[in-house]
Amino acid sequence: MSTQHSKAAKAYQQKPEVVERHDRTFFGVRQKRDNMARALPEWENLRAMASQIKKHTVTHLADYLEQFEQQALKNGVQVHWAKDAEEYNTIVYDILSSHNVRKVVKSKSMLTEECHLNENLEQRGIEVIETDLGERILQMMKLAPSHIVMPALHVHREDIGNTFRQLIPDLDEIAKGYSAIGGSVTDPNDPTFLTFVARMHLRRQFMEADAGMTGANFGIAATGDVVVCTNEGNADMSTSIPKLHIVSMGIEKLIPDYRAMGVFQRLLARNGTGQETTVYTSHFRGPRPGGEMHIVLVDNGRSSILGNSEHWQTLKCMRCGACMNTCPVYRRSAGYSYTYFIPGPIGINLGMLRNPKEYSDNVSACSLCCSCDNVCPVQVDLSSQVYRWRQQLDSLGKADPMKKMMSRGMSFLFDRPAVYNAALWMSPAVNWLPGFLMNSSLNPWAYGHKMMKFPKKSFHQLWKEEKL
Amino acid sequence: MKIGLFVPCYVDALYPEVGVSTYRLLKSLGLDVEYPERQTCCGQPMGNAGFEHMAEPLAKKFDELFRGFDYVVAPSASCAAYVRCFHPNLMKGHACEAASKTMDIVEFLHDVIKVDHLSARFPYKVSVHNSCHGVRELGLSSPSERNVPRYNKIIDLLRLVDGIEVVEPERPDECCGFGGMFAVEEQAVSRRMGHDKLRCHVDTGAAYVTGPDSSCLMHLQGVAEKEGVNIKFVHVVQILAAGL
Repeated sequence: MSTQHSKAAKAYQQKPEVVERHDRTFFGVRQKRDNMARALPEWENLRAMASQIKKHTVTHLADYLEQFEQQALKNGVQVHWAKDAEEYNTIVYDILSSHNVRKVVKSKSMLTEECHLNENLEQRGIEVIETDLGERILQMMKLAPSHIVMPALHVHREDIGNTFRQLIPDLDEIAKGYSAIGGSVTDPNDPTFLTFVARMHLRRQFMEADAGMTGANFGIAATGDVVVCTNEGNADMSTSIPKLHIVSMGIEKLIPDYRAMGVFQRLLARNGTGQETTVYTSHFRGPRPGGEMHIVLVDNGRSSILGNSEHWQTLKCMRCGACMNTCPVYRRSAGYSYTYFIPGPIGINLGMLRNPKEYSDNVSACSLCCSCDNVCPVQVDLSSQVYRWRQQLDSLGKADPMKKMMSRGMSFLFDRPAVYNAALWMSPAVNWLPGFLMNSSLNPWAYGHKMMKFPKKSFHQLWKEEKL
Repeated sequence: MKIGLFVPCYVDALYPEVGVSTYRLLKSLGLDVEYPERQTCCGQPMGNAGFEHMAEPLAKKFDELFRGFDYVVAPSASCAAYVRCFHPNLMKGHACEAASKTMDIVEFLHDVIKVDHLSARFPYKVSVHNSCHGVRELGLSSPSERNVPRYNKIIDLLRLVDGIEVVEPERPDECCGFGGMFAVEEQAVSRRMGHDKLRCHVDTGAAYVTGPDSSCLMHLQGVAEKEGVNIKFVHVVQILAAGL
């Protein structure tokens, strides 16, 4: 009885101290989030309101998309529509190649991960530089994000230092500059020093780039604004130096207007990272003088999610990552144990919506504790959705045969009170099975537990014998 | 008031003393308690494993057995939650009367009977295990994720017990990692969650861990015995009924 997730998670347990650090780090983020939530008396109302706004918007999506497009066009933005990842990649490539772009800097976007944009562009000869610090570290290490908001929080600073020393050719020169402004490099992996190195390294990338790409946290239908929230200002750098700006935006990112934005602005950073707000909340409305701004609106399966009565609520998600931070399974198995690129509760569900046969191995990664439902700022019914996916596994041909057999056995037993009573009467016999059998690998319970002892008499028997 | 006593399958087989304590406590409050003998399981293990249709006949039988009572009371938050929250959907198209009357013993004593004194004495320090479905499906305590007024019905009841010292562990409502078949399918993560939860309970210095779900306690006890950790486990109803 195992899945890809459970096997990867078991392998991850081999270094208990790494598990401990991962768990504590992300539970720490959850606690910061709790403090933020408690500091706002209207918190629960905000969640309900955000959920209603998203529900309203996605159920009137066609209208809002048209309004958004009209506003954007009025603002001088070029709008493109992509029905899937392939179309999206082609659109972006065509824009870049028609401008002779050789290097593009981009801020964080899970949509570009979803569509494999970077690989696609690089295969066609365009260099792509991630500028979010975490994403840049992972890009240099050739690793995928392990979390959607804090993608490299699982990487240790020694490994970051080693990567920088290998891949940043002018590191010694940067170090001299660090000393010149009074920094001392006693520890080559000192976080302040490494941040300085990254900053100088990225500065050069910004200067050299021919185009800047951003994602979108929100699109405001009433004004055509694209809102991007970052802590590092890298989206602003990516769009302030190159003249060409391309926005990649999933169609579910729309909200009606500024009043709605006020609700989401208060929730996003508080819930995601435990900050009152992200350091930068940037509204991009039109091209810079002499420049161009393009928005690519991407469907890639979102319309069909909207038609799915059991799972449409995932479209409300604003990718804050709080469900991962609170998930006891995510915290102890980390991002790479999941087979979909988005891990944790929302990732289990989005993976199943992407391709249920391919990503069904993540459905086991949930104890149904329902904590995610209670942190979600837009009240997505995450754990109920996992429960419902489990009901689908058998018809997808992905049910675990052992679990099915056990469930059948229980169903047979519990549906027949007389047989059930006979089994109760027999159960103490289990105690007499030899220890090597009960505590061996034949008994999956014995992996983490000492076997329980059955009492001499069940409650049923005591009741019958009137020994209460 | 006619009470139907529901003693879920694993409590019946493994923890009959929990059923006995529940029965005695309800009787001591002067209630008319009946135990329908043909009861078995609420169907949750199959549902959580992904075979809800195998739980359907059990939901139907449950309703037939218990629909005539004013309340159905179970010493198991998770099972009571499955009946109340999931049976109506399982029985879609059929009348489902028992589900809405089904309660965990803690909420029944706290909300319906509004117990304000008990004769129990339990002179020990106990660490309260707030089980997930008790917290987040039945509302036995305020979920730590939410900005709502703090409350805990388990602690309210335990405070009526003479000589007891009640504490809560760090991360008071984080999952212990049982989760039914989750504990065997995801055994490595489950064991680690159990290990961490156990440590939080042990760090309180309590002699006992207590909670409304014997399933979590069974898991934690199994982990404790495997790891050689010395702490005892007792269902909350056994404390409330101490001395009866």
